[in-house]
Amino acid sequence: MSDLEAFRRETRAWLEANAPKSLAGIPSNDIEGVWGGKKWVFDHPDKKLWLERMAEKGWTAPTWPVEYGGGGLSSAEAKILAQEMKALRLPAPLIGFGLTMIGPTLLRFGNEAQKQEHLPKICRGEIRWCQGYSEPGSGSDLASLQTKAVRDGDHFVINGTKVWTSYADEADWIFALVRNDASGKKQEGITFILIDMDDPGVSVSPILLISGKSPFCETHFKDVRVPVTNVVHEIGAGWTVAKALLGHERTMIADTFGVASTKARARGARGFLPELAASRTGEQDGRLADAVLRDQVAAFEMESRAFALTVQRTKDAARAGHQPGSESSMFKIYGTELNQRRYELMVRILGPDALGWEGPGFDETDLETTRDWLRSRGNTIEGGTSEVQLNIIAKHVLGLPA
Amino acid sequence: MELVLNEDQELIAKTALDFVAEHSPVSRFRALRDADDRLGYSQALYREMAELGWTGIAFAEEEGGAGMGLAELALVVEALGRKLAPEPFLGGIAMGGTALSLGASPALRSAWLPGVIDGSKVVALAHQEAGARYDLCAVKTRAEAAGDGFRLTGEKTGVLDAVGADAVIVPARTAGQPGDRAGLTLFLVETDRPGVSLERQVRVDHRNAAILRLDGVACGAAAVLGQPGEGADLLEAVIDRATVVLCAEMLGGMSEAFDLTVDYLKTREQFGVPIGSFQALQHRAARVYMEVELARSAVMAAARAVDAAGAGPLDADVRKLVSLAKARCSDAYVLATNEGVQLFGGVGMTDEYDIGFYMKRARAAELTFGDAAFHRDRWAMLGRY
Ligand SMILES: Cc1cc2nc3c(=O)[nH]c(=O)nc-3n(C[C@H](O)[C@H](O)[C@H](O)COP(=O)(O)OP(=O)(O)OC[C@H]3O[C@@H](n4cnc5c(N)ncnc54)[C@H](O)[C@@H]3O)c2cc1C
Repeated sequence: MSDLEAFRRETRAWLEANAPKSLAGIPSNDIEGVWGGKKWVFDHPDKKLWLERMAEKGWTAPTWPVEYGGGGLSSAEAKILAQEMKALRLPAPLIGFGLTMIGPTLLRFGNEAQKQEHLPKICRGEIRWCQGYSEPGSGSDLASLQTKAVRDGDHFVINGTKVWTSYADEADWIFALVRNDASGKKQEGITFILIDMDDPGVSVSPILLISGKSPFCETHFKDVRVPVTNVVHEIGAGWTVAKALLGHERTMIADTFGVASTKARARGARGFLPELAASRTGEQDGRLADAVLRDQVAAFEMESRAFALTVQRTKDAARAGHQPGSESSMFKIYGTELNQRRYELMVRILGPDALGWEGPGFDETDLETTRDWLRSRGNTIEGGTSEVQLNIIAKHVLGLPA
Repeated sequence: MELVLNEDQELIAKTALDFVAEHSPVSRFRALRDADDRLGYSQALYREMAELGWTGIAFAEEEGGAGMGLAELALVVEALGRKLAPEPFLGGIAMGGTALSLGASPALRSAWLPGVIDGSKVVALAHQEAGARYDLCAVKTRAEAAGDGFRLTGEKTGVLDAVGADAVIVPARTAGQPGDRAGLTLFLVETDRPGVSLERQVRVDHRNAAILRLDGVACGAAAVLGQPGEGADLLEAVIDRATVVLCAEMLGGMSEAFDLTVDYLKTREQFGVPIGSFQALQHRAARVYMEVELARSAVMAAARAVDAAGAGPLDADVRKLVSLAKARCSDAYVLATNEGVQLFGGVGMTDEYDIGFYMKRARAAELTFGDAAFHRDRWAMLGRY
């Protein structure tokens, strides 16, 4: 028996012994997932237990080094762990930007003191992080950001506004891009810095979206004093750090909106959309009665499948040792547009039933679909707009002249 | 049929645009929405609009109207659509008012039309039942003979402008099964009658709509519009006309959403230049511009064709134009607002900016009286292919 097979057996046995049965089937999405942090309140004691046991094992961050609270697993082992958790329908014990964003960034760019300070707390779900990148005047042109960091002895004094800081109202720390130097090229003079949200001068206000309440906030910094030791990588080298992190984010968004949600929604033998269309618009001889709708649903399903196959092909190629190219841009564009098309189609299938905002006359899931449709319009904007991604493909993949 | 505004029409359009810009900026709609206003519109402003002659513009002079047509009403409604003015022109005038003028007996007419025209009364039309989608004949609501009259039982949903309405015109079955053309009869039901209840709905576009429940509501034979059992023809004639009015509103909305977007392209700067200087975005805007232009032609043609038919039934060619207008407006309004939000970038997704209101209204309008696919199908059917 190979080592991996042994690992699989041990893993399954450990999961079966330690995972609370009550959590099977509960998703680890934005709503049900455990984000952790000082303000976190568990909605179920078993979620707390599950987090503690997994953190103890290092499996909240399976591939991170053991000395920082991770599991020290190889990627093959981590994959097995994920498969076994899936087989038992277990949720991830912990989610959030600590694990997906700032953790990997610190592993790559942080100094020893920063890793020791922050990574174990992330793994244990003790500190919740948020991201401070975009500003009112700097979105696509992120490098033009204006939040000022003025050096004062051992500190930087920070002034400015960050927008789209999701869950800033619940986060303990923020990783932010600030301008320490406005004299040279805009990409130079940016610093990546870690700020404690409890520091005096930090304030947060919520952003209401067209789809209703949202986790997004505006975060204001007024004369906030941050130790220079909180700079990640070098002063003025923040852009390099930021770019690496944006790559992560795009892959994540592509995954969320493309393949993942198609799978999650697949219900019934014929898949989610065909079933929805059948139940709302009727069938004839076992087929959707409305031939136009049938064509639209099939077109969508085929696009979706072709996209999933492309994602798979890229992953297979990467595993076979090929260098990844600028696929993350393509996946970001296609995955998010696919998600929008899915909701456009769902809303058309629902017809007048899709017109509810709240209250009587509309069914709960239909109301949710309507809100989700509105929210999906942001997918092609957040994490770098489709237009900006298309520019990247045109320039870096196709080599078209500037 | 000339697709150009005459002098009178130019004046109507300009007056309407000026009035709406002055008295009904989008901030007014926003305030009503924020206040969760029960009516969702201002009765006082509606009365003022009536005094300007807008509510009566398409009704005959002998009824107290201005004796003009949909071509003129469309200009007023387009102006309202530009600023999302929520006054009950669709439910109360284009639907309820048209039903009265096409189908009401002299007695019903004299009892209700003057109030509709002077803005003191609202008569809505309950064309939608749950699960019916766009089939006007999918009516389950029953009207059972009782003495000299009828008793109405059933439920309607998404009844536009019904909250606060004085009466609702209700299609109900005097015979046949849901889906049958035959056996539909239209009744005027006063909302304060025993057995009538209205429950306000909150829709994505935050416009006035309600669920109407009828529990054995007694209706005299005098409450019938048109011929008993032949209500489908009347209902279709009304909805065709109302569709044109809705299209005019959509045209206004998409035009304004597009103008907002173009303004933003000129003023928002990234990379040290206005984003409107990027050719990729210029082309996107140019495409929306073309779609809006095509929609405008279709709306003008449909309104003129319906006007030429007078109060009579609409022939296939006219109805094709109605479908053309609705299909093009549905697609163009959705396109203009999807592109609008995208080109506004992140702020387009925030409730603080108005562009999202247009996106929501575009969707509500698209899914009212049939979406683009429905009307393309109807176009083909009317063209006998
Ligand atoms: C729902 C949502 C969630 C978000 N979450 C986060 C977050 O977690 N963290 C964070 O930092 N930010 C977040 N953002 C912000 C997001 O990254 C920015 O909105 C985005 O980068 C666009 O910037 P902007 O809004 O300033 O639009 P702008 O940059 O002003 O763009 C406006 C329009 O111009 C286009 N455009 C700009 N430059 C070019 C060009 N060179 N060529 C062609 N077209 C161009 C854009 O594509 C867009 O259509 C979020 C945004 C949304 C809507």
